[in-house]
Amino acid sequence: MALFQLSRRDALILALFALVVVTMPVWTAPFGANYPGLMQKFAIYAIFAIGFNILFGLTGYLSFGHAAFLGVGSYTAVWSFKLLTMDALPALLLAVLVSGLFALVIGFLSLRRSGIYFSILTLAFAQMSYNLAYSVLTPITNGETSLQLTMQDPRVIDLAFSERGVGLPTASLFGVTLSGLSGFYFCAVVLLIAFFFAQKVFASPFGMMLRGIKSNQMRMSYTGFNTRPYALTAFVISGMYAGLAGALLAVTDPLAGAERMQWTASGEVVLMTILGGVGTLIGPVMGAWLIKYFENIFSSFNEGILSRFFDFVPEPLHDTVVAISSKFVGEGWQLTLGLLFVFVVVFLPGGIMEGVRRIGALFRRRGSPPKADAMRVQPAE
Amino acid sequence: MTTSERNVVLHVDDVSKNFGGLHALADIDLEVEQGKTHAIIGPNGAGKSTLLNVIIGRLAPTSGAVVFDGQVLTGKKPHQINQLGVARVFQTPEIFPELTVLQNVMVPAFARRDGAFRVNVLRSVEGEAALRDEAEAILEDVGLAARRVSHAGALSRGDKRRMELAMCLIQHPRLLLLDEPTAGMSRHDTNTTIELLQKIKARGMTKVIIEHDMHVVFSLADKISVLSGGRIIAEGLPDEVRGNVKVQEAYLGGAHRLEAVH
Repeated sequence: MALFQLSRRDALILALFALVVVTMPVWTAPFGANYPGLMQKFAIYAIFAIGFNILFGLTGYLSFGHAAFLGVGSYTAVWSFKLLTMDALPALLLAVLVSGLFALVIGFLSLRRSGIYFSILTLAFAQMSYNLAYSVLTPITNGETSLQLTMQDPRVIDLAFSERGVGLPTASLFGVTLSGLSGFYFCAVVLLIAFFFAQKVFASPFGMMLRGIKSNQMRMSYTGFNTRPYALTAFVISGMYAGLAGALLAVTDPLAGAERMQWTASGEVVLMTILGGVGTLIGPVMGAWLIKYFENIFSSFNEGILSRFFDFVPEPLHDTVVAISSKFVGEGWQLTLGLLFVFVVVFLPGGIMEGVRRIGALFRRRGSPPKADAMRVQPAE
Repeated sequence: MTTSERNVVLHVDDVSKNFGGLHALADIDLEVEQGKTHAIIGPNGAGKSTLLNVIIGRLAPTSGAVVFDGQVLTGKKPHQINQLGVARVFQTPEIFPELTVLQNVMVPAFARRDGAFRVNVLRSVEGEAALRDEAEAILEDVGLAARRVSHAGALSRGDKRRMELAMCLIQHPRLLLLDEPTAGMSRHDTNTTIELLQKIKARGMTKVIIEHDMHVVFSLADKISVLSGGRIIAEGLPDEVRGNVKVQEAYLGGAHRLEAVH
């Protein structure tokens, strides 16, 4: 069936990616990042970044308001938990649906402009959502206290089949509790599905039209394409990805707060995508993992850890080295991340993936004559 | 075909275009027959590109209308006009620099097959063998087959023009508008392009062409309109225009230059 077909190259990438994701608890161990809470975030923010990249990477429209859809997804999922059932699937489906509708409205209005004006419009809508969540919409969002589960939730589907238990319930999938490692594996499977769909979009005629819009929108219209619905579809798809990520955040921790919609969260996904490589499939995933790693692990390094790390440095220098490097870890993690970001943008405009490509090209040039390389380029890549 | 059976496919009806106080086009009437090549010539600033922009829907005329095959083009969006079968080569090549040459030619093929908007995510571009073969054949025609995996942005200006021509041809347009299709080309490439355009003409494609190069104009045109100061000052068969004193004064600057090219 056409729906499940991938080119051999994409199928191989998907298989390798699946291997990497499934074995995450193993390879994150040396970095001290192998606890479920962080690995769940790795999977969730990878989905967020992959979806964002479908809009930014393919069409070139830079949205500064995608956290709004993340927040809408979280709220929808928590409401699904409160009103219907603790099962994760209805929550995900509803979240994707509602954030998609939300993206349709915001996208329809924002896409009347392009370039910086589009970015500002999306930022304005996201900040509006953020502020409304704290004010007018408190009946839905529960304002500053965040939307959370209570003992009085109706949960009509669950309670039709079983008695109300003791304490607050946790999210589940067909009766299996999703917490810790099982929660991570649930997010991992959703990530793989999301990645697969992104591959389909990238390889499809639709994806090529989106690239055409990024490359020369005027040529696209004189070539017979109505470009706005194309861009709007990409916007809605990426909004749905964000909603899916937001719902997964609620699955792993049934709580939704407005701070998820703040502009810093929107900026973060932009950084992830640029850091990893705009317009590539793997890049945004790498960017998401790197930033989440910095935020959660690098930020917890203290002088004690540094002192042990720099044990090999002779005594008179040791304290100086530790004192200087301590400014870059712990609370200073954003300094390191910022420097890394500047380095990437200046020297590797294509992000980490461009670095990977350059290293790969270096090896290939050494291994085989360059002529064979030129022949290997796929015409319809 | 006798004159009484004249089959006018493009009708520019009393079109004027003002930019503020400037009359860029004044009362233009133009009839282009099916399968013919109609050249528009004239000095710089005569309004040739403005006229083309009005036809293609890039500019709205101040008054008048453009009718193509019974459909009023005026007021339609560029993609709607293209979907009716009108394609255009621009004065400065409008291409997709980040895509490969082959992809550049395949994109318009999708517009022709799938229409103005279709979310096609189930199929893959790689699986579109028929369209790819067609694109490769057209690249062969314009002499760019060897460059098909290159990024279009890396092509020379002349090659970009030829690729843009291929992008239009793959759509099998019923009307092709060419804005100086050979500008920036070497003499050799110009001749190849002329041959190519003559080949298309044999297939019955209607063309409107703006050109400065008289060699190109007299090689291709069935009919010539001379534009000067926003007005059509002469119109007729190539030989008639060549002999028209008014034209020579306004534009050609004397008969000797025409003799020089023939």
